[in-house]
Amino acid sequence: MSEGENAGISRREFLRAAGTLGVSGGLLGAYAGRARGHDGEDHGSGVARAEAEHMAAHGGNSTVGEVDTSRFDPSAFLRDFYWGEERVEGGRKVREYELTAEEVEIEVAPGVTYPAWAYNGQVPGPTLRAREGDRLRVVFRNRDAHPHTIHFHGFHPANMDGVFELVGPGQEFVYEFDAEPFGCHLYHCHTSPLRKHIEKGLYGAFVIDPGEGRPEADELVMVMNGFDTNFDASNEVYAVNTVAFHYQKHPVRIKKDELVRVYVVNALEFDFVNSFHTHANFFDYYPTGTRLEPSEFTDTKVFGQGERGIMEFRYRFPGRFMFHAHVSEFAELGWMGLFDVVEG
Amino acid sequence: MARNERGAGWVLLGLVPLLGLGVLLAFVVLNGAGVGREDAPPVEDLSVQRVALPREHEFVLEVRNGGPEPVTMSQVVVNDAIWDFRAEPDNTIPPLGSATVTVPYSWVEGEAYEIVLITSTGTTFDAEVPVALLTPGFSGESFWRYALIGTYVGVIPVALGLLWYPFLRRLGSSGMNFVLALTVGLLAFLVVDTLEEAMEVAVELPGIFSGVPLVILLTLLTLLGLLAVERLLRRGREESSRLGTSYRIALGIGLHNLGEGLAIGAAFALGEAALGVFLVVGFTLHNITEGVGIAAPILRERPRLVHFLWLALLGGGPAIVGTWIGGFAFSNLLAAVFLAVGAGAILQVIYEVGRLLLADSARTKTPALSAPNLGGLLVGVAIMYATALLV
Repeated sequence: MSEGENAGISRREFLRAAGTLGVSGGLLGAYAGRARGHDGEDHGSGVARAEAEHMAAHGGNSTVGEVDTSRFDPSAFLRDFYWGEERVEGGRKVREYELTAEEVEIEVAPGVTYPAWAYNGQVPGPTLRAREGDRLRVVFRNRDAHPHTIHFHGFHPANMDGVFELVGPGQEFVYEFDAEPFGCHLYHCHTSPLRKHIEKGLYGAFVIDPGEGRPEADELVMVMNGFDTNFDASNEVYAVNTVAFHYQKHPVRIKKDELVRVYVVNALEFDFVNSFHTHANFFDYYPTGTRLEPSEFTDTKVFGQGERGIMEFRYRFPGRFMFHAHVSEFAELGWMGLFDVVEG
Repeated sequence: MARNERGAGWVLLGLVPLLGLGVLLAFVVLNGAGVGREDAPPVEDLSVQRVALPREHEFVLEVRNGGPEPVTMSQVVVNDAIWDFRAEPDNTIPPLGSATVTVPYSWVEGEAYEIVLITSTGTTFDAEVPVALLTPGFSGESFWRYALIGTYVGVIPVALGLLWYPFLRRLGSSGMNFVLALTVGLLAFLVVDTLEEAMEVAVELPGIFSGVPLVILLTLLTLLGLLAVERLLRRGREESSRLGTSYRIALGIGLHNLGEGLAIGAAFALGEAALGVFLVVGFTLHNITEGVGIAAPILRERPRLVHFLWLALLGGGPAIVGTWIGGFAFSNLLAAVFLAVGAGAILQVIYEVGRLLLADSARTKTPALSAPNLGGLLVGVAIMYATALLV
């Protein structure tokens, strides 16, 4: 932007404003400036607007450009549950899923590609969904040049654990077990070297509903992940559902007062701790989703590697609310998004 | 007889290898060399030549692509935060091309920043801002300020060193030899120092410039070139004029001081202002002995006063030019070239002053490695080493 567009307010004033609004305010300001630039809408107050103009003039914490979402759209992935093909065998409900491991080039930030290993060509893999007690049959095909497996978190026999039965290139393996216990789990490849097989993208959420179900809600899946694009054993880019700042540029639209349930899975490698923070709201937290009673009412939750849980909340006010890792570094490297709360 | 004819057939004979080369190149370009790997990721080689902070809310990076393929800068990260940027003329830099990346960022004065470029393949290239301070822009005022620094560091110390001339003239013959040997010691230190600096800059250069061979060959070519020039100037006389030797010492030292000017100018430009002041003090002390070196060959002569003025300017003046280049348009390539030429020039004067000493020892039938000569050499190196501790 040219200098003329922010005439009238000095840089000193800008600095003061940025100082009082703090880091998050600055980030939101950056977004607001961007949004106004793109669609001309005004989402903020006068103060926020001034702030936004300045952040727009002085740059903001976000990616430059857009990711091609034609192959994988994080906005669609949010509410996309793979229930499998349902049938009844001997009076029992059986769900059959197909997962294929393959190598695929993914775009983790605008213009930044990553040579991923992926289940069904997407990172995270499809969110598998079942009801407690269902019989699950997962047909796994390996179309990659390396051996892979699927290791499910849950109860199952030893030979269904996806550890010792390596599935070589071109081979197929059928995992079969009962869906239990109910909760928010994950699945991932367990071939050695383990970290490599996870960091390359072979993971996904695995949700088992309790027999009696959960209350009606707007359900979302958020897999927290990161990508080591230069292979130096640390992440360059962080995100929920792979694409840095995707939900900042494409806010998650939810309804005011409606119950929102987020299945959160931490699939991050290299960093020991990840976290999830909601702005202007608190959530009921169900660790691993294995109990129906929340353990905590909070607005920030820390996740270790492989840790996951269920968050439930309702927004009281309309508007745009940020959510991000409270590990500020991760937030600024892409793990940041917005809820766009609209009147029901 | 036929062998000595140089007709059309002879020209064709000269073209045969070139024709063969053309066929080979055409074959490789069209069919590949059999080593092509379509699946191999491209080799990317970006280097950030310079980071400037021209305004309070801006980083400006000069990025050069030293690799064989075009490279696309997709994202920019400042201190672990993905940040807005724009690249001119384009995000994609062709081989050997360069781009200017502007990052609007409210940096904090005095703090350190790391700027990372993420390319389309996810490869990263880093640049550092050791201390964030406004980069002095090109203005009349900054122009003169840099000139002043160069004068402090170059012209004044060299002139002060030359003021020892009347004092040194009254030394006896062995005393004068001591001073000449001291000059060799000073110059020996300077040539090592200059070469080291040249190498440091050379390894930073993108691979295509072949920085290290460039420095070594330029040094040697300068040495040979100056030797040839000196022989030409002698024109059959046994010894070249001693004043001429002084001028060549001044030139070599001048180019060395240009390198020092570059370091100081770049330090100021990069925001290492404290380091810059420290450098100024150190270089001033370091350079005062250079005047002695320049004066040493003419102790037995009586040049006109104006020559001393020119010698001081030639020995010290390039420091001013160095601060300008370092401060306003620092270029690693230019710095490596100047420093390499400087090293070659100093090598040549070491040879010349060494010849003077040897001629003198032959004339007086004293050993070349006499006590005054050896002592002078050692003291020369020691003085340079000691004052170099300050920079």
